Amino acid sequence: MSVLQMREALRRAMNEEMRRDERVFLMGEEVAEYNGAYKVSEGMLKEFGARRVIDTPIAENGFFGLGVGAAMAGIRPIVEVMTWNFSLVAYDQVINNAAKIVQMTAGQYRCPIVFRGPTGAAENLGSQHSQSLESIYAHFPGLKVVSVSTPRDAVGLLKASIRDDNPVVFMESELMYGLKGEVPDEEFIIPLGVADLKRAGDDVLLVTWNKSVQTCLAAAETLAAEGISAAVLDLRTIRPLDEEALYQHAARIGRVVVVQEGFPFAGVGAEIVARVQEAVFDSLDAPVVRVTNRDVNQPYATNLEKLVLPGPDRVVETVRNLLRR
Amino acid sequence: MESPPVPGPDTLQRWLLDMAVIRRVEELAQGAYQQRKIRGFLHLYIGQEAVAVGSHAALRKDDVVVTAYRDHGIALARGVSARAVMAELYGRSTGVCKGLGGSMHMASAEHHIYGGYGIVGGHVPLGAGAALAFQYRGESRISLTFFGDGASNQGAFFEALALAQLWKLPAIFVCENNRYAMGTSVERSSYLTDMSRRGDGVGMVRWQFEAYDPVVVYENIAKAAEHARSGAGPVILDAQCYRYRGHSMSDPGKYRSAEEVAEYRKRDPLLLTADRLLAAGVSQERIDAILAEADAIATESVSFADASPEPEARELYDHTYVEGT
Repeated sequence: MSVLQMREALRRAMNEEMRRDERVFLMGEEVAEYNGAYKVSEGMLKEFGARRVIDTPIAENGFFGLGVGAAMAGIRPIVEVMTWNFSLVAYDQVINNAAKIVQMTAGQYRCPIVFRGPTGAAENLGSQHSQSLESIYAHFPGLKVVSVSTPRDAVGLLKASIRDDNPVVFMESELMYGLKGEVPDEEFIIPLGVADLKRAGDDVLLVTWNKSVQTCLAAAETLAAEGISAAVLDLRTIRPLDEEALYQHAARIGRVVVVQEGFPFAGVGAEIVARVQEAVFDSLDAPVVRVTNRDVNQPYATNLEKLVLPGPDRVVETVRNLLRR
Repeated sequence: MESPPVPGPDTLQRWLLDMAVIRRVEELAQGAYQQRKIRGFLHLYIGQEAVAVGSHAALRKDDVVVTAYRDHGIALARGVSARAVMAELYGRSTGVCKGLGGSMHMASAEHHIYGGYGIVGGHVPLGAGAALAFQYRGESRISLTFFGDGASNQGAFFEALALAQLWKLPAIFVCENNRYAMGTSVERSSYLTDMSRRGDGVGMVRWQFEAYDPVVVYENIAKAAEHARSGAGPVILDAQCYRYRGHSMSDPGKYRSAEEVAEYRKRDPLLLTADRLLAAGVSQERIDAILAEADAIATESVSFADASPEPEARELYDHTYVEGT
């Protein structure tokens, strides 16, 4: 077991897969000479050379699309996007091309590509750099969407994503690149589509992913001091969703709160609420509720930004209200 | 660069047959559309056959071709059978994409056709991406991406050019400049109407040529292919051509005059090729026999499609994801 930062964990996954498979390469803005905007790819140019660690100009629509075309030709790109906010100018390539290649061609072509980078708010980055975009990718069949919360998960899930023959949208977090965690030294894979119970509990189930896992674990600590036992289920993969684990825990505990960054309207949380009540309505003791960003574009000012994001206090308050019902 | 060998009478007869099959298949498709046996959008290629057939002759079998939604002619020229194209138009399981693609998405891995794509300009990066894969693996293959004058103002197109030139990718970009983007003439959509000049901004080798005669198309694409294959970088061409039919079946083409269409019909690819054959001493009877053969192939493709089964409902989800990794 070693303690790795999230950025080191992501790098380890890419290094291992690039050593293992000559077809895998990394492409993106500042990934090579600059060693990565967040130093995720530090040292990779030195090990793999400019052929396999490729700096791109600022042209997401172009290099996302080149990645798709290259994947169809049989190599396996990892495309780093500096923030998922920038992917919106390349959204067409992911949705209309990558997600549909297999189906449109009846399986004649496949698109083994990973698009990866940070999602969600960091600190004081304002309206255009603070969005959580899981929902707008998870909406589409043909894509897999991963959103990680720990260094260990980052290693196992990124390796699985790189080996997957489908296009994978892989979401990290700017504030978590320095997050440290224990990672086994031996090689391991975590299959996509398997949720992870990050904390056991009996009174309420907190369903979450990415940075909000930390929020939920902090909230669970506070609640424990009040005698409330909160379980924290980290979905890890938004699509495919681990419905079995979700329904099993929801039915056993009976009270469910979805905690997510990102806007509430048509968000991933809304999908989970819909599915949980359809699947296990009779086992629920209370309505399934959400704690999300406020439904407003992100302001810059520190005090306002804190109001927008779903912190531990709001989770605790929501759980207290839910248990009072 | 050396000029490619001039095609002899045998080659020209084969090209005439290939072009006549494209035309006849589409004429019959038009009839089937009017009978509501073919549905959705149907964009006919009639008038532009020289581009598809002349280009194919200048490529190697394993070069990748990508095109937009006016794709039947490209698929047929590249070797997809009239049966597989017609059955795809009919939405049958025997179609080139098992009825999942339809008119706008004719892909064939066997023929190295990435497919037709329906988001105007969004497919151009895919061709560059295929070229990136060839360069990555050190192969001598190239990609040829067709697009229309209507795609020549799209961002994805410009970004693909910028990246292809920056990385000296073995790619050819061919504008099938048929003078109309749906109902908007090229003069009304673009300040510069020679779309090869789009390459000037990134320093790409470029030229324009008249693409009514398959021999001329062949010569130009062969030159471009030699350049791209040599490692000297990509080429962008403006192939001046003309479509006789409307943009799609719902377009009566009122934005242009009958005189204009008649003028272009004097440069009809089939006529020009027949003239070449007559000049080479091939008899009119032989030419008529070729046209009759094309008619027989196309007619049989309709019977085949009509008799083919629809895709099974149980296969609906079969091609959303590739199984396994």
